[in-house]
Amino acid sequence: MNNALPKLWSLPGGIHPPENKSQSLNGPIRMAALPPQLTVPVTQPDYATPQLCVQVGDRVHKGQALVRAAQSSGLLAHAPAAGVVSAIAGYPVPNASGLPELCVVIDTDPTDTRWAKLKALDYPGASIDTLIERIADAGISGLGGAGFPTQLKLRSTLQQVDTLVLNAAECEPFITADAALLCERAADVVTGGLILLQITGAGRCLIGIEDNKPQAIAALQQHCSDDRLQVVVIPARYPSGAENQLIHILTGKEIPSGTLAVHSGILCHNVGTAYAIARAVVHGEQLLSRITTASGAALREPANYEVLTGTPVAALLQHSGVDHTQLSRLLCGGPLMGIELPHAQLPVTKTTNCVVATTEAELPSPPPAQACIRCGLCVDVCPVQLLPQQLYWFARSKEYTKAQAHNLQDCIECGACAYVCPSHIPLVQYYRNAKAGIREQSDKHQRADYAKQRFEVHQQRVALEQAQNDQRRAERAAAVKAQPAAAPGTSAQDAIAAALARVQAKKAAQSIDAGKQGDSK
Amino acid sequence: MNNAAPTCSPHSHQGHSVSQLMLHVLLACVPGTAALVFFFGYGVLFNLVSLLLMALLSEAAVLRLRRRAVMPALRDLSATVTAVLLALALPPTAPWWLGLIAIFFAIVVGKQLYGGLGYNPFNPAMVGYVVVLISFPVQMTRWLLPQGATDALPGFSEAVTIFFDGELLQGIDAFTGATALDSFRQQQGAQLVSEFRQSSPVMGQWSGLGWEWINVGFLFGGLYLLYKRIIRWHIPATVLLTLGLLALLFHDGGSSASHGSPLMHLFGGATMLGAFFIATDPVTAATTPRGQLVYGALIGIVIYVIRAFGNYPDGVAFAVLLANFAAPLIDTCTQPRTFGHAK
Repeated sequence: MNNALPKLWSLPGGIHPPENKSQSLNGPIRMAALPPQLTVPVTQPDYATPQLCVQVGDRVHKGQALVRAAQSSGLLAHAPAAGVVSAIAGYPVPNASGLPELCVVIDTDPTDTRWAKLKALDYPGASIDTLIERIADAGISGLGGAGFPTQLKLRSTLQQVDTLVLNAAECEPFITADAALLCERAADVVTGGLILLQITGAGRCLIGIEDNKPQAIAALQQHCSDDRLQVVVIPARYPSGAENQLIHILTGKEIPSGTLAVHSGILCHNVGTAYAIARAVVHGEQLLSRITTASGAALREPANYEVLTGTPVAALLQHSGVDHTQLSRLLCGGPLMGIELPHAQLPVTKTTNCVVATTEAELPSPPPAQACIRCGLCVDVCPVQLLPQQLYWFARSKEYTKAQAHNLQDCIECGACAYVCPSHIPLVQYYRNAKAGIREQSDKHQRADYAKQRFEVHQQRVALEQAQNDQRRAERAAAVKAQPAAAPGTSAQDAIAAALARVQAKKAAQSIDAGKQGDSK
Repeated sequence: MNNAAPTCSPHSHQGHSVSQLMLHVLLACVPGTAALVFFFGYGVLFNLVSLLLMALLSEAAVLRLRRRAVMPALRDLSATVTAVLLALALPPTAPWWLGLIAIFFAIVVGKQLYGGLGYNPFNPAMVGYVVVLISFPVQMTRWLLPQGATDALPGFSEAVTIFFDGELLQGIDAFTGATALDSFRQQQGAQLVSEFRQSSPVMGQWSGLGWEWINVGFLFGGLYLLYKRIIRWHIPATVLLTLGLLALLFHDGGSSASHGSPLMHLFGGATMLGAFFIATDPVTAATTPRGQLVYGALIGIVIYVIRAFGNYPDGVAFAVLLANFAAPLIDTCTQPRTFGHAK
């Protein structure tokens, strides 16, 4: 382990909300009981249609793949427990859009606990391709929040990655899933980091963690025996756990706007993902469960749970002793970037790091928004150094060009601005709407450009046909002119003479006929 | 669970509100106001009370006309702050109708006709102040002699008479005179600064008698606002720095042509009130950090130029209004570099 004190770079802005982490870190990680029914989302990246390989009525065993994913682009989903597929349909899941996603519903069978694991790999000896294939086969996606298939992130980055960053910052209040994981299973996280180093060929791995998790830091340091790994303790400040922000704190590099960290030679993964990778490679385990924090003042016993994907959120709340009379809002994720769940029947997914069952006293409902007085508190806390008060103005009046000129697209929607806004303006909502408006506008422009192109091509084709017709007509005319080149003007007289001759010939023929008839009488 | 529409993140809040910010501003006004009352007597209190009443009434009336909710707007305390700042700027001999006209132009014209809190391009209190300053120069430049320069400030009943009709009071001229800044400007060229300070009853240690302590009071209030992070340092620091530097540059050691020492300007007239309470009005000021530096410097320059070369006794109000005009342009030109964009 490298003991030199690393230099840290500071984040512009940021806030210090009440941490609310100790409640759920009291005890060990609990195993959530097997629920009678699991609702497993099989959503694919970019909402591609999943190729299901089970049907309603099929019996599935634990670890069986539910979808066939194209190796290079898909995300596998497995049955988290044995049972019978009872439905395959769209169900609401915790997502920002609120739109249902395709899920496989399994009526679980508690008697069948057999787990069909993959073959364990000898990882230091395995090839990069084998390792990535294993990560794909285990259905691992980013456990930090975005849920992007890990294999895709790795495949896209097999170029010059010099630094691997493991994100253990966990800066958002209430969430302690990563901290709990590190306290109990730091060894596997470190193994996952080493596997990622092997895959990427990066020279060093920085594990960024906020200073408010002393136990997790100690556990990590205890297991970091490799020189390439370095635990970097950073001051607790929200949003230091956002990918680009963490990279800046650890390395001083600013990821240029509009590019990915990988383009700057840095790959960032969540520690939960590293853990899942270690389990998949070393133990052959598919990603069937994750650690989820259940916290909030409406729970008697906040705790961290190891939960099977597809378990209803309600089950966690029940395990933690929810007081329904106190429960005011149910959040998935933390109070700053989380989404409000409509009800507790939604399933825990691979990205559900926390559910907060809160009370009105703990997180009061926002009062009605007042006018912006441009106090600039939002400017002071913006980690991207935007001018939130100006962006609000532009978003409100739909002045998208100005909003883009003020770099709205760089907003990471961390919510620090709205957190401090004395007028209680839901700023992030305005920015999301404006971003959607800009996308719509650019789509519209694209469509308009396409239509214009088609129109222009059509015009060209019509013009070409016209030209060809004209040319053909001209050629015909020229040909006609060329034939009787001898005496212009006689052609008409010839025609008349010819016609007269025909008429005379006809008359003559008729008179002959008449003569013949007369003869026969 | 409540059945309201799902809210958008973030779901938690620091808990500040506009009325809390305004309340801190009002609190911060207390030391300066106390000094003002000490040196100039009841008139200041009459201005405060009458302007407060008139401000709230006129704000409520316009909101009613505009069919907006009245109570939430009154509770945000913005009209209260406007009334207090305007009252502190008016002379303690101001008759009631002067305050009424000033508050009408501040609240009704300067604020509500532009769309209410957050939409007004000009500092409402300064709009009201400048309208009466230009329209009623006699009343607006007739200050009381401060406590110490005169044996007796007007008593309560005399102050009441002045408030209801100043012209009725016999011998009002015994109490009144120009402010220190004003008389200094008028004597320019006649005496050395030191001589003038000796001879004039309104001059104090460093600046105007009384005014220096009033300014110390507002400076304390301003530091409180900075400590509470209600305002940023950018605007007050640059206002004071520019004003002080210009004064130093033109001070010339105190000859009869001197425009006054830096201390006289920093602790004279409405400097501290302007720098910490008026120039920092967030609605009408520049909002980018660099822009606020430019904005503050602009105000400092204009204050000095008006005081030294202009024809008005003080320049804070005009300086702030001129800078208000420039604020949108300043903001546009001083956008900070966004994270991840080229340096």
